[in-house]
Amino acid sequence: MNGNAAVLAMKGITKSFGPVQALDGVDLEVNPGEVLALVGDNGAGKSTLVKSISGINTIDSGEFYWQGQPVSISGPGSATELGIATVYQDLALCDNLDVVANLFLGQEKLVGGPAMVLDETAMERRSHELLEQLSVTIPSVRSEVGTLSGGQRQQVAVARSLLGEPKVVMLDEPTAALGVAQTAQVLSLIKRLRERDLGVIVISHNLADVFEVADRIFVLRLGRKAGMFEAKQATEEQVVGAITGASVDTEEQRRQP
Amino acid sequence: MKVGDPDVAAPGDAPAERTSPRDMLRRFLQGDLASLRVILAIAVIWIIFQSQNDRFLTATNLTNLFLQITAIGLIAVGIVLVLLIGEIDLSVGAVSGFAAAVMAVLNVKHGVPVVVAIAAGVGTGAIIGLVQGFLFTKFTIPSFVVTLAGSLVWQGALLKVLGDTGTVNLSNSGITDLANTFYGDAFGWILAAVAIAVFALLTLGGYRRRAAAGVTTEPIALLLVRIVAMAAVTIAAVAILNSDRGVPLAILILLAFVIGFQLLTTRTAFGRHLFAVGGSAEAARRAGIGVTKIRIIAFTLCSSMAAVGGILAASRLLAVNQSSGGSNLLLESIAAPVIAGTSLFGGRGSVWSALLGATVIGSISNGMNLLALESSVKLMITGGVLLAAVVVDALARSRRRSEGRV
Repeated sequence: MNGNAAVLAMKGITKSFGPVQALDGVDLEVNPGEVLALVGDNGAGKSTLVKSISGINTIDSGEFYWQGQPVSISGPGSATELGIATVYQDLALCDNLDVVANLFLGQEKLVGGPAMVLDETAMERRSHELLEQLSVTIPSVRSEVGTLSGGQRQQVAVARSLLGEPKVVMLDEPTAALGVAQTAQVLSLIKRLRERDLGVIVISHNLADVFEVADRIFVLRLGRKAGMFEAKQATEEQVVGAITGASVDTEEQRRQP
Repeated sequence: MKVGDPDVAAPGDAPAERTSPRDMLRRFLQGDLASLRVILAIAVIWIIFQSQNDRFLTATNLTNLFLQITAIGLIAVGIVLVLLIGEIDLSVGAVSGFAAAVMAVLNVKHGVPVVVAIAAGVGTGAIIGLVQGFLFTKFTIPSFVVTLAGSLVWQGALLKVLGDTGTVNLSNSGITDLANTFYGDAFGWILAAVAIAVFALLTLGGYRRRAAAGVTTEPIALLLVRIVAMAAVTIAAVAILNSDRGVPLAILILLAFVIGFQLLTTRTAFGRHLFAVGGSAEAARRAGIGVTKIRIIAFTLCSSMAAVGGILAASRLLAVNQSSGGSNLLLESIAAPVIAGTSLFGGRGSVWSALLGATVIGSISNGMNLLALESSVKLMITGGVLLAAVVVDALARSRRRSEGRV
């Protein structure tokens, strides 16, 4: 891809936990307006990579570039400040609060003054705007999140990550444990994120979903890059081969003679 | 969240509606109707006792009833804050006694002015809450263990502070004014008029502001019903109180704390964070909320309110003695908000429920005293009511869980 346009790029990312080399020299670029799928078997280093990008893990060596400038990601705060939002698999929503309260949790809009009085009108209006832009389907912004379906909860969690106006959004297994219709909702939401010119990183086990939304597919295997595919040109067998390590050899063999 | 869940909204559905009538109805059922249920229960209790003893619904007895619940009500307000974050404070009874003793000893034995002594009593409660909250969060010990141990410590401290005599008489002190001041008829009516006007203006003003901003509003009819109901209750209460001794200061103190904490919990970021910590501490933490800070503040406010309740109780009793803060005070203060819909499991409830629940409990105990029931019967009935309240809470929780899947 054209390196200058990348919103987030990383070079030689290495991370080990004791004797375990979780990431070994990973290079990756995320462009605005593209969905990058991050796939790999269990233990391939997907979670470690996501946590490194979101600042939960500090990397051993390697560089991050934000819009071409070298940056260091030292903690979740610095990742958020750059404009990287992460939606974790367990969503972290409060079931007893309504959608508006969850969207603004920890970043409530206040009327002002020392009393910290909530500006419910402003928050509700902003929630409407955001959810309408994303075509999120929920009964009402005042519905308790506990009464929503899994797909709706996922959409609320994604919408919340957008409140800080990020440029890169990472979604960890967004369609795991969702039914067919709900998965379709979430996938179409991911496409709308792309339309908003965000760089989207989707971690998924489900290759059908990956092929449905992704522009590029990045395969991790044992902490290393095992392949980068254009979703339109690749086949599922090729990706599976890269994940399991079966086809890497054959491709290299094909090139070598 | 199960695979294959039937989904309520397919991808092609229309975008979110502005107001969903079904959702509005559900909120009404959970909000106003929950209160209405408790108010109905109070009505039934009153009718039963009135049919057994026609002195129950006299102005004098109702005034006494409300004076009797001020201590429980004030302590229960603090308990609500701790229940909202999904914890419990078993030390409030002992803290109320100890704080009152500190106040009484300072004022009576050391000649400290009333206002300073009261402040010292409340401060004692605040420090206790701070310490217990710190121990609970720092060492992640279950809150009931910390506060149960605290309860014993503060009971001991109460005995220690009272000294050899074991009782401090407050009868010549200004402290008794708190529970024994009654205002004249005119004051009561003016207060009622102001309260109704402010309530109506805030309710309708909020409606207009929300409507102008184009966000969800509650039906105007519901708001009008609420204003009329509030006005009716206020006028009836003032009429009853005026036909006895007048509006008591103690009840105004209770109402002021209930309104203040109701606003704090529903209108401020701090209140929102209390609910968030009670709903999911992990979600709150990830959202950047200082969960430890919120917890310590909740325990501090709870113990402070216990001290306020203890001071009112002492003022009414005209003394602090070795049994101050003892007997059923602790359990009744916890039961009051639970009876009126505040969950023991955290994240659900309101300060308002402390007042409603205290009225239920106060009515039952007042009525049973009026009927001169034996202690054995009174204990069993009180226990039964508490158990019923907890069962209702648990049932509501399991029903929410099954509904949660939609």
